[in-house]
Amino acid sequence: MNPLQRIGARTLAPPIEVAGFGLGLALGVLRRLPQIPRRLRTTLDQMYLCGVKTLLVVLFVGFFIGMILALQLGYELARYGQQEAVGFAVAVAMVREMAPVMTAVVLAASVASAMAAELGTMKVQEEITALDVMSVDVCGYLVFPRVIGMTLMAPILTNLASIVGILGGAVIAQTQLGLDFSGYMRNAMESLSDNSFFGLPRGVYCSQIKALIFGFTIAVVGCASGLQAQNGASGVGNSTRAAVRNSIILIIVLNFFLGKLVYT
Amino acid sequence: MIRFENVHKTFGQQHVLRGVDFSVDKGKSLVIMGPSGSGKSVIIKHLIGLLHPDQGSVHILGKDVASLDQAGLQQLRKDMGYLFQHSALINWLSVFDNIALPLRETTSMSKNSIEAKVMEVLGLVKMEDARHKFPSQISGGMQKRVGLARALVTEPSIILYDEPEAGLDPEMSASVSHMMRRLKEEYGMTSVTVTHSVNCALTVADTLAVFEHGRFLISGPPTEVLNSDHTRVREFLGAPID
Repeated sequence: MNPLQRIGARTLAPPIEVAGFGLGLALGVLRRLPQIPRRLRTTLDQMYLCGVKTLLVVLFVGFFIGMILALQLGYELARYGQQEAVGFAVAVAMVREMAPVMTAVVLAASVASAMAAELGTMKVQEEITALDVMSVDVCGYLVFPRVIGMTLMAPILTNLASIVGILGGAVIAQTQLGLDFSGYMRNAMESLSDNSFFGLPRGVYCSQIKALIFGFTIAVVGCASGLQAQNGASGVGNSTRAAVRNSIILIIVLNFFLGKLVYT
Repeated sequence: MIRFENVHKTFGQQHVLRGVDFSVDKGKSLVIMGPSGSGKSVIIKHLIGLLHPDQGSVHILGKDVASLDQAGLQQLRKDMGYLFQHSALINWLSVFDNIALPLRETTSMSKNSIEAKVMEVLGLVKMEDARHKFPSQISGGMQKRVGLARALVTEPSIILYDEPEAGLDPEMSASVSHMMRRLKEEYGMTSVTVTHSVNCALTVADTLAVFEHGRFLISGPPTEVLNSDHTRVREFLGAPID
């Protein structure tokens, strides 16, 4: 190998290898979709872990994001005498961008890291090898329920984050900007009635599509990182860190492209 | 039944297997001893298809392991059991569920048949009372016996033991060795064992082989090997046993 090849092998090969493994896992999960009835119990367990266990954090973060948006936008709009529009701005920002992204970040930090740590520990303790040796389908048994559970729960959590975010904005609008609650909510609802599609606003569909894709991506990245762990406890640490880092990077990049796709 | 022919394996600069040859007939037991890091476990991993030779071939039940596709390998593995050094039990599953796992995932057996089969192998390793416990709630020796039960539940014709006595006290180690011997005598199982324990080798082996630097230094009946004049073998195994 010449020096250029060596540099390429060290810098480019590992991320390409990780991406390829993750893509293979994602396709493996899609191929196993007919297994849902067989994996229902474990999928419901994962939905509980992804959804119920992170619910409070998602609601807490969503509420504060809504308050922050209302506070910052409200003061700026007030300079132009447009503070009544704060409901509109908070609702659009929460539903289209902040709720899907912040929910995904919370899920990446709490669930993808847990998936990577759990599967990583199984990998370094030879439990994954044991499953292989017993001819147990590792993707079907371990990855499929996690990915499907997360994919189904992410949109639900995102909707709840949007609702509490808008309510958080209402608290600030009423207490800090002197707006009345019903006016704020009417304004917020107006923003969402625009471009309605099958009775629901386009913003809500956009939010659901983003959440679905983010949930799928985060779970695949978490599982792929765990299954590639090696070298004992430090390897599990590295895989957990990689899961959170790669998930957040992918969320940001996908958010841009999905937003562009839906709104242009 | 098992045939290893001129197998070479290299990891980076390290030549771990240097033309290894051996065969094990049906119902016979080969025990491989050797210093830590000498590549004994690499041999086991070739047998189960987790590694493939750089050169040479591994034949199990008449099939060349390296030439099998994933489905063929899975089919072959159904005929083989593997007892891991650290048992490798799934932590969130109970003892019962750990043993039932391969049956639930790879067969179409009914719930009742699975339960009956699991209870049968639990009886074989004398672990019926621990069926509701989790791996973290039982001792290392018990975990090893559960691992053995899991390896046996699919009724394999070949069983591979990777340091079955590792981490066990002498009494438990002897108990596991006797269980291995019983399986060979009563069920006619073919086995390959990697171990550091001379007692285990004496209890289980039809053929004992000492492995170092990628080659077998010696192989033959256990008493013959233990009383060999080979200097390195004597150093490794200690004083011969009468």
